[in-house]
Amino acid sequence: MTAVLLLHAVVAAVAPLLFARMGRSAFYLLAAVPLAGFLWLLGSAPRVYGTEGGWTEGGEWIPSLHLDLVLRMDALSWTMSLLVLGVGSLVLFYCARYFKSDASGIGGFGAQLLAFAGAMFGLVTADDMLVLFVFWEITTVLSFLLIGYSRTRLSARRAALQALVLTTAGGLAMLVGIVMLGQAAGSYRISEVLAAAPELAQRGTVVDVAVLLLLVGAVAKSALIPLHFWLPAAMAAPTPVSAYLHAAAMVKAGIYLVARFAPGFAETAMWQPTVTVLGLGTMLFGGWVALKQYDLKLILAYGTVSQLGFLVVVVGHGSADTAQAGLAMLLAHGLFKATLFLVVGIIDHRAGTRDIRRLSGLARRVPVLFAVSLVAAASMAGLPPLAGFVAKEAVLTAFAHDVDGAAGTVVLAGLVAGSVLTFAYSARFVWGGFAQKSAEFSELDAGVGGKAVISDMQRVEPAFLAAPLVLSVLTVVFGLWPQPVDAMLQPYVDRFPVEAEHEFYLALWHGLTPALGLSVLVVAGGLLLYLGRRPVADFQRALPSLPAGELVYRRVVNALDLAAVWITGRTQRGSLMFYLSVILVTAIVVPLVALFLEETPPLGTLRVSDGPAQLIAGAAMVVAALLVPLATKRFLAVLLVSVTGYGLALIFALQGAPDLALTQTLVETVLLVAFVLALRSLPAPLWHRNPAGRRLLRGTIAVTFGLFMMALAAFSISSRTADPVSLELPRMAYELGDGQNVVNVILVDIRAWDTFGEISVLVLAATGVASLIFVTGRGDRIVRSGEDPTTDQLRVIRRRNAAAVSPGGEALEVGLARRDDDLEDPYLLAGRTLAPERRSIVFEVVTRLLFHTFMMVSLYLLIAGHNDPGGGFSGGLMAGLALTVRYLAGGRYELELATPINAGTMLGAGLALAALYAVTPVFLGGSVMQSYTFEAELPVFGAEKFVTALIFDVAVYLIVVGLILDILRSLGGRIDQRIEEEAVRRRRRAPGRGTRIRVTRQRKVAAASAGSTTATSATSPTPITRTGADGGGGHR
Amino acid sequence: MTVNLTLLVVMGVLYAVGVYLLLERSLTRVLLGLMLLTNGTNLLILHAGGAAGFAPLYEESIAAQDYSDPLPQALILTAIVISLAVTAFLLGMIYRSWVLGRRDEIQDDVEDRRVARQSSYDVESDADVPADTSEFDDAPRPRDPDESVETPGVRGIRGEESR
Repeated sequence: MTAVLLLHAVVAAVAPLLFARMGRSAFYLLAAVPLAGFLWLLGSAPRVYGTEGGWTEGGEWIPSLHLDLVLRMDALSWTMSLLVLGVGSLVLFYCARYFKSDASGIGGFGAQLLAFAGAMFGLVTADDMLVLFVFWEITTVLSFLLIGYSRTRLSARRAALQALVLTTAGGLAMLVGIVMLGQAAGSYRISEVLAAAPELAQRGTVVDVAVLLLLVGAVAKSALIPLHFWLPAAMAAPTPVSAYLHAAAMVKAGIYLVARFAPGFAETAMWQPTVTVLGLGTMLFGGWVALKQYDLKLILAYGTVSQLGFLVVVVGHGSADTAQAGLAMLLAHGLFKATLFLVVGIIDHRAGTRDIRRLSGLARRVPVLFAVSLVAAASMAGLPPLAGFVAKEAVLTAFAHDVDGAAGTVVLAGLVAGSVLTFAYSARFVWGGFAQKSAEFSELDAGVGGKAVISDMQRVEPAFLAAPLVLSVLTVVFGLWPQPVDAMLQPYVDRFPVEAEHEFYLALWHGLTPALGLSVLVVAGGLLLYLGRRPVADFQRALPSLPAGELVYRRVVNALDLAAVWITGRTQRGSLMFYLSVILVTAIVVPLVALFLEETPPLGTLRVSDGPAQLIAGAAMVVAALLVPLATKRFLAVLLVSVTGYGLALIFALQGAPDLALTQTLVETVLLVAFVLALRSLPAPLWHRNPAGRRLLRGTIAVTFGLFMMALAAFSISSRTADPVSLELPRMAYELGDGQNVVNVILVDIRAWDTFGEISVLVLAATGVASLIFVTGRGDRIVRSGEDPTTDQLRVIRRRNAAAVSPGGEALEVGLARRDDDLEDPYLLAGRTLAPERRSIVFEVVTRLLFHTFMMVSLYLLIAGHNDPGGGFSGGLMAGLALTVRYLAGGRYELELATPINAGTMLGAGLALAALYAVTPVFLGGSVMQSYTFEAELPVFGAEKFVTALIFDVAVYLIVVGLILDILRSLGGRIDQRIEEEAVRRRRRAPGRGTRIRVTRQRKVAAASAGSTTATSATSPTPITRTGADGGGGHR
Repeated sequence: MTVNLTLLVVMGVLYAVGVYLLLERSLTRVLLGLMLLTNGTNLLILHAGGAAGFAPLYEESIAAQDYSDPLPQALILTAIVISLAVTAFLLGMIYRSWVLGRRDEIQDDVEDRRVARQSSYDVESDADVPADTSEFDDAPRPRDPDESVETPGVRGIRGEESR
């Protein structure tokens, strides 16, 4: 069984490739797959019907969920599989003639149809209820795709969605039922649940409700009223799909479920009412509506609805006789309904319509097709000597025996009435499809003798006709020789308690029984309805019709839409402040309620502070924080926030956390620079935009939140009684991690995964900053690598820089004249790129002196960090600070020259190194992120330990440097450039003498230097770079 | 465990001012509020670690409980660096929002407002469709007006690139 499933899955997966190569002939190949399964089934019949009585395969899948991947083959599964695989193979075969080779999406379609056959096979063989549910939902999804095959038709898309929504809703109800039943039985294995059924049935409500929910799933899937309407709508699918899904396979899943659980649960309280009422109602309703239809396919669709109701009543009745009759009916129905659908497909394909008003006299044009459909329709109507007759006889016999009281009589009467309708619509189908219509009924032109002309139809080749022909031959064989079917069903029938005197078997002739009488009644009534079809149609038109189920569905969906929009409109107001307020108020209220209503822990003793220095630092922070909302200037507010940051650093230091103090100080400094760089284009004042009333609300929320956090902290800190988990950490860090700095060892060893996550976030954020500012690409290099900017280039750059500084042109020219020859040995390499007004020699000198010291300190922090305060983070920040100083003193070209490696490369290398560090120990037999220690005797330093965690620290270091570099390049260099461009543009727009001259001079210089200056960004082609590129082309 | 009143009050003030600023419309103030919240949270974690102690640099002579708790310190260290990255990212957003729209404020989400106003009519599920009686009629069907061909990426962002 597993092999059959796998074969379907694999071939379905490669099917699109087959179609790309072979066109529609690939359907033949696909048809061979279910055929192989079918032959295998026939071969394995002795195992199912021998002494063995079937077998199971598979085993535990997820034991903690009671989920076993177990397939079971027994008589019921075998019978269902035979139908599913046999019809599946024939339908796929038929598809090869039905579709055009160049039909759009044909590859995917074939794959879905084959996968559907596989899923159905899985569904009928699954022995675990959850696995059954999985297959159940796979068929739902595949049917959605198959119904929606004509993606361009609104009707197809809508029908697909409707089928999906309804059957999934039913499936979810079924899942709840499965879980309830599984929990009650203590097992999800169907065989075990059924074995335990007699005991379970005694439990009352829980099991009753569970079974009812199961039936809801079956009702949705098998299109019983009131959820029947998706099935006629699903006729928007290609006809082979209708033939397979809506006749033989998917809708039978519901019947299968009923049949599977009937032996155990037919006696539970909800079962009989549900099955009988819905089933009979559906049978009568479907038959009645089928008589109104003009589309051949819709006649069959409502006929199917009717038959499904019929089958549910019979299969669900739960006695040996009805079980046998029901399954025989199920097989017969699969044979004749698939045939009829395939016939409709051929008519539609060759005559171009399915409307019976546009079809006339086809019987003479396509006699073989007519014969095939006559056999199938006669079987549907229940005429001998066909399968439908044998099965219906069995049904009538079983129910006629069972007439004991009013209920039994009503059911029997209902079945007979339904059968009469079935006969009538079967006749309507044959007449509608093949008879020559009267001119007044038909929409075709009138011919001789008051009849319509015979409609056009192309010849039907044997390959197209083969599948329905085979099925109708089987219908005849089953009718004439029902013994094999009888034997096939026997093991399943034996599961029901049998009363000895009612031993029944399937046969064509039982003698003159009451059932035969009923059959005659059915035929007579059906004939009457058919012959009187005109008065019947008038009568149907005269009756008021109920609101269509479809309309109700659409109203419900519409109401849901309205409710969803209403709720969304009320909650999604679009205001961030509103959202945050809701979140914050919830965060305040819920824990406080829990704190004061559930359990209030005692408040511990208070101490004022840990020393006067802490008190002073705290006071400074409080004052600074309180001043922030009052600050009206942007940078003043930033500075005040910085005060709290530096104050926090001081508190860290006093608390005994040197690493934190160091890192916090460095971060605060870098942030201050970043703030100034980013916000320099923004106006200085900060406005209060909110109206005063809101301010009060915000103040209330803010103060309450602050108090709430204080209460939370006070209560939770005083509630602590246990020793901290970190007591062991210092010893572990030293003995296992070989580092004295416990914080560093935690970061790079004990909790290295956290750090790994963190550096990933850093890389993301750095990339985010760069892409927000550069927009296209990282813009890693300003100057093409490998070439230092020449004097001429520097001059160009400086001129642009100067343009941004001085508003007047004159001062600029003077400045250039004065400084142009002053190019000998600068303190900073790119200092010359700055406008003279921007340069500070003192700053340059100091930078020159400090940079290397900074870098040395940074390396020291990195290497010593394992034992002393420091580590990758503070080391990286220190290096970043050194670069910041270089940038501030020398501008973006200086920054460029200071970093031989791109920020992007640095980030990537850091992350790669960290990942490599993480996985390497695995190959050496260790665990992920394990660190090793090497000891060596070094000439000068003496005995030194090398801990591999340092490699991880180096990765962290690289990433932090990359982050700061990205901040400087983006918020610094790129914004510099933009400001300069803006200044140049503004100058050019302003009319006046000298403007033109300056532009031409710039171009000339730029052209001369174009060889090595490249555009900084494609998004901002400035006049200078553009001419540079043009001129450069000539030079190269 | 005893509660340090200084740390508690400072934390409360940082949280209160932070939330106050967070509820502003000015992006810069929101960012400043976020930074104050970060500082307040770091203080809370530090406070949860207990009283001051020796720096967690291992010496054999020091008893385990005399160190300042190293675990909260590691958490705070991570938080500090992450907050640097997040702040830088928000700075980039503030700058960009300024360049694009000359605005330093959070605006209401227009899309959210539009959702609240939308009609319940949906072409896909509410339109009337005539029933088809054949899959093989090649006559052109009336096109769904809403099924216009989408051309992604045509609408550019007006702003710095086009200037």
